[in-house]
Parts: sequence; structure tokens; C-alpha cells
Amino acid sequence: MKFLVCISNVPDTTTKIAFTPDNKEFNKAGVQFVINPWDEYALTRAIELKEAQGGGTVTVLNVGEADTEPNIRKALAIGADDAIRVNAHPKDAFFVAQQIASVAKEGAYDVILMGKESIDYNGFQVHGMVGELLGIPTVAPAMKLDMSGNTATLEREIEGGKEIVEVNTPFVASCQQPMCEPRIPNMRGIMTARTKPLKVVEPTGDAPRTAVFEYALPPKKQGVKLIPAENAGELIKLLRNEAKVI
Amino acid sequence: MSVLVVVECDGGEVKKSSLEVASYGSQVAQMLGATATAVAVGEATEANLAQLGEQGITKVLYDAEPRLKDFVNGAYTKLIAAAAQKEDSKIIVLANSNIGASVGSRLSVRLQASLATNVVELPKTDGGNFVVKRGAFSGKAFADVKLEGERKIIAVKKNSIEALHEAGKTAQVESFSAQLTDADFADAPKQVVMQDQAGGILLPEADKVVSGGRGMKGPENWSLIEDLAKAIGAATACSKPVSDVDWRPHHEHVGQTGITVSPNLYIACGISGAIQHLAGVNSSKVIVVINKDPEAPFFKAADYGIVGDVFDVLPKLTQAVKELG
Repeated sequence: MKFLVCISNVPDTTTKIAFTPDNKEFNKAGVQFVINPWDEYALTRAIELKEAQGGGTVTVLNVGEADTEPNIRKALAIGADDAIRVNAHPKDAFFVAQQIASVAKEGAYDVILMGKESIDYNGFQVHGMVGELLGIPTVAPAMKLDMSGNTATLEREIEGGKEIVEVNTPFVASCQQPMCEPRIPNMRGIMTARTKPLKVVEPTGDAPRTAVFEYALPPKKQGVKLIPAENAGELIKLLRNEAKVI
Repeated sequence: MSVLVVVECDGGEVKKSSLEVASYGSQVAQMLGATATAVAVGEATEANLAQLGEQGITKVLYDAEPRLKDFVNGAYTKLIAAAAQKEDSKIIVLANSNIGASVGSRLSVRLQASLATNVVELPKTDGGNFVVKRGAFSGKAFADVKLEGERKIIAVKKNSIEALHEAGKTAQVESFSAQLTDADFADAPKQVVMQDQAGGILLPEADKVVSGGRGMKGPENWSLIEDLAKAIGAATACSKPVSDVDWRPHHEHVGQTGITVSPNLYIACGISGAIQHLAGVNSSKVIVVINKDPEAPFFKAADYGIVGDVFDVLPKLTQAVKELG
């Protein structure tokens, strides 16, 4: 079985967000980039399923410029077999989805996995676009994924519960916890990752359909109003009379 | 031309988030001099759908096919696309829910539409541009996004738009068939399992949330959280470390990699306020922090705070709510 895992390169989760002076771009200065945490679930689960099947391949795909390669190598160190980088700045979800669909079609992958969303753009869009571009089912967001032959059983989160869904390959799923325990690379993995193939391809497809005009930070809070613990009940009165939320 | 609003129903009722979406859609229609039509998905009653008139909807299309009761991506996408074609809708508005995001992304490709999710405000249409504000960087920032092209899809974040209530206005409910076939139900769920929610309030829909962290010391103490939640009509939630050690289920985990919430009131009990947790809650309108450590970073993001022991403070709060009557 051929797995394609799409990873995105995002600012570390502890990053304080700042923008360039014109507010058009995220300010990358001094920021460490990591594999999108949601994508780690997709990557680890693909590796686990490949191991359980005793064969197959896990290919990692990233749409990004050369500076994303350290994280692609990290994914290889975690256990992916090879990698493809589409050499482009990821402009919007539709642009990224077109690149993924093009690579997926070319490589005839059986299972396409990715994280639920990226922690920077939070689009939660790419999975559905890829599924529609390829004309195959999408299950999003998936909390559990098991395979038996060409049939997958997934648990899909819905508001207030879950759906158990069965689909045949090929399909797309976006992943979230508690799907698996994400793996971290070990020394052997780091050593072998250096020699695993990483292919760079040029982008295809139509123009993006959205553009960011401007970024902004949320307004600063006024400061906390402290209530003495012994008068805790006073808080409830403030929430009713002042904040008007109870 | 009409604005098409996708209304999600559950157990016959229109979801609260869909009332917000309907209000958003009818306001956009008004801006553009168009009408707002809805297409309903899920299990609905005609009476409840007619009430969408209060949110400014003039007509509701409803396909009573019983297999549409539960979410089926293929069938929902086809149904909504057919409704958009019928109504010649250039703008489609849906909820930024698991259903809305799943269908919206497929629809955007099928209808060659631009798509913005996580939208928190009505669009700005100055100078021929169509710009929406959306949450980005896990709630740590906002982005103004320009939607290109003739067709546009907007997924509205929950609790970011006030639902309209124009009493007495009703919408016309029209039966509608998208000619769905068995193939459209290929990804139909085999089973749907609903989880028990404290007080019956769903976390993603809640307008008040009481949340606990490691300071609660163990799952056996959660009744303190649940008592306060019940008293004020809130949903319960937890921080990531709490769901990681299985004190609480994953579907209660709020934060950067959990559920993002934006209620009117978020009460954090025994949560220090790691940046990843703040990312999931900082668009809440009012934040209350209860923590015995005065240096807890969460106090910087709070509107109200109590430096004290949650085991002492929580029962006092619950008692105070009961005294309000």
C-alpha cells in the first residue's frame, strides 16, 4: 500500500506571532519552524499502518521552498521512506491542494493523509479540495484509522460525537488526536534520513483564489481585575452586572 | 442572484451556529441587494425551518431523504451544489463546523469558488474588493483575506456573529430534491455514536465554558467543574495535559491542537495558561482565571481573576450562582 503524507512547515507552537511592518507577511525572523503538529498524527499513523502490513511505502510531501527541507528530513528520520517537495511558496489552500492532487495522481497513492489543519493558517480546507480534485472520498477530521485490505475504517469527529465511516482506497483523511502517539526521530532514523531520496518538483495548476490583504493582532486586554479569594462570590455579581455574561 | 445559507439541523432543531450563519447570510444579502435562501441538511422539521425567517431567510430548500439525517460528505456536497445552481447563488455561507469545513472545501472545487474559513466578521466590499476577516495563527492573529472570482464561500466561526431575531417573520419551506443516488452515499456512516455531554451542552456550540487543568489534581475532583458549569449553563472543557493523561476525554481538550472555542465566558480553573492553551481560547469575550499561583501567565490574558485554591473557590462560585436565583 502506498501512503502519501502531506506535511506543512509552521512556526513552533510557542512562537509569539509578529508580522512584517506592512502587515502583509508573517515575520519569520528568529522563529523556529516545526512539522505542523496535526500532520505528525498523519505521519506516525501511516508509518504504523505500513509496519503492520509488513510492506508498502510512506512518501512525505511538502509544498514549500528550500528552507522547509530540515523538517522534511525530520519526517524521513521519523520513518517515511522518501519525500517530494513542490518548490513553491504555499500561497493558499487551493494552490496547495492542486499540488497535492497532481503528485497524488502521478504516484497513484492509495491513502492520502494530512493533519486536520495547519496551526498557522488554520484553513481546514486542503483535505476536501484534494478529495474533490481527485474525485475520491474525504474523511475529516479523523480520530482513528484502521485498514483491512483495501478498506479503511475511520472514526470521524462530529459536534457532540463521532461517526464510524468505512471507505475503500483511494481516499483522503485529515487526522487529529487521539489517532496515535506521534513519534520522535531516533539516532538511527536521523542517520538514515540523510540518504533517503528527496525529489524536488515544480508547481502546476491555476492561480490561487484568495490573497491575504493584511494581518493584525487581537486588541490588547485591559488588564485583569482581581477579586480576593475570600470574596469569591463577588465574581459572579461582576459577571452578571458588569460583564453581563451570566 | 441569492445568497445561499447552509443550515445544519439536529434532532429536528436548527443548530445555534446555523442561526448565526443565517443571520450572517441575510446581512450579506442585504448589503448586495439580494435575497437570502437557505438549504437545510440533517433532520429538520418544517416549523423550525420556517422560523429561519426571524434570521432574515426568505426561503428554505429541504430534501427530506432520510439518509441525509447523518452527515454524508458526498451527498451533502451534491445537494448544496444543486441548491446553489438552482438559486444562482454567487455567495454560499456555512458554519465553520466539521460539516461546514468538510463540505465547503469540496464545494469550492466543484463550483470553482474561492473559500474563506474561520470568518469572524461581515465582509467589506469597498473598491470592488470582497474582503473577509478570519482568525489565523490559532487565534493569535487575524487575517483580512480577499476572495477572488465570481463565486465565494464563507465559513463563519461560531459565536462571532450575533443571531438576529425578528419576531414573527417566517420563511417559506420548499421541498427540494437533488436526485441523489446510492453512489452519493458511498461515505455514509456505518454508525453514529453520541458522547455524553455534561449538562447536555456541546463544547463547540457553547457560549459559556468552565475548563479545568492539572491544578484540579485528578478526575475525581471534576464534579467541582461540573457543578459550576451546570449552575451557569456552561459546557465543560480541559487543558491538553488533562486529556493526555485521560482525566477527561479528548473532545473536551481546548487549545492549539484541540478545539478552538470563542464563548462569551471562559472560566479557567487550575490552568497556568501555556501559549498553546491560550491560542485555543483567547478569542473568548470574557476570560476568568482561578489559580493559586499569582504568577500564572494566564492572568495576563484574563479579564477577571482570583488568586486562590480552586477547591476553595469553585464551591463558593457555585453557591453564589445559586443565590442569584
